[in-house]
Amino acid sequence: MFYRRLFDFPTRGLGSSFRELDRLQRQMEQWQGALSRGAFPMPSAGVFPLTNVTENNDSYYVRAELPGIKSDELDIQVTAKGISISGERKIPVEGNNVKYHRREREAGKFSRLINLPDDIDVNKVDAKLENGVLTMTIPKAEKTKPRQITVK
Amino acid sequence: MTDSKAKEIQVKPKQEVTSPAEQTKPGVVFTPSVDIFENDRELTLLADLPGVTAENLTIDLRENTLTLTGEVEPFERANEEDILIEYEIGKYYRQFSLSNVIDQSKINANLTDGVLRLTLPKVEEAKPRKIEVRT
Repeated sequence: MFYRRLFDFPTRGLGSSFRELDRLQRQMEQWQGALSRGAFPMPSAGVFPLTNVTENNDSYYVRAELPGIKSDELDIQVTAKGISISGERKIPVEGNNVKYHRREREAGKFSRLINLPDDIDVNKVDAKLENGVLTMTIPKAEKTKPRQITVK
Repeated sequence: MTDSKAKEIQVKPKQEVTSPAEQTKPGVVFTPSVDIFENDRELTLLADLPGVTAENLTIDLRENTLTLTGEVEPFERANEEDILIEYEIGKYYRQFSLSNVIDQSKINANLTDGVLRLTLPKVEEAKPRKIEVRT
């Protein structure tokens, strides 16, 4: 089972096996943590929305799952070192005579501040909301980008 | 729902499915959050499926079992390194047993902004009728 998950992973590129190991490790930590301080899954800031931050040489990428939220209901602000995402998720009332079987989706306000490790280029931040997923591309400030040094 | 304006959304980590029966591809599988409600005419299901496109969503109704499967393409590119990972990406899968008889020809599914709205009209004989009590 473990081997299958490790190697047979056509959709993700190289390095996926490491990510898989990471995931496994995190899960182990979760279980350990769950034993000692009650069930608390993935390490998180405890603020909605859950956010993934990644980087490459040029940019930071901030991603969050915000299903059912329109782009005009989202307020994104950028400071020199971080971004803030806030808004309100509205779930309209579905008539008076409906009877609920399940009600798991939540509505309400949210606001979250994410500090990035280094300075960013405030003017070139790009945000797009697609299929309920927010993707922000935040270029790093010129001085913080890694530079290739040629050895003569 | 008048107090919803003041309420803040609480973080709810994605629920991983522990043992999906017919898992053929490796990867993580999550249970989407849903609202299900009905009125006299129809049953409506709303499901949060962030990252799922219409092509990657399969809705299957067989007998009385409704199955939702949503594939999510990994949006991270290969040259990106993780800094903070709070949620994972995976497939969505959930199955429901429907008690009412559904008119299969009139099912309507609509996926916008990562939310699926599935309308399942009840067939005529399943609609409630008021029973007159004779005295």
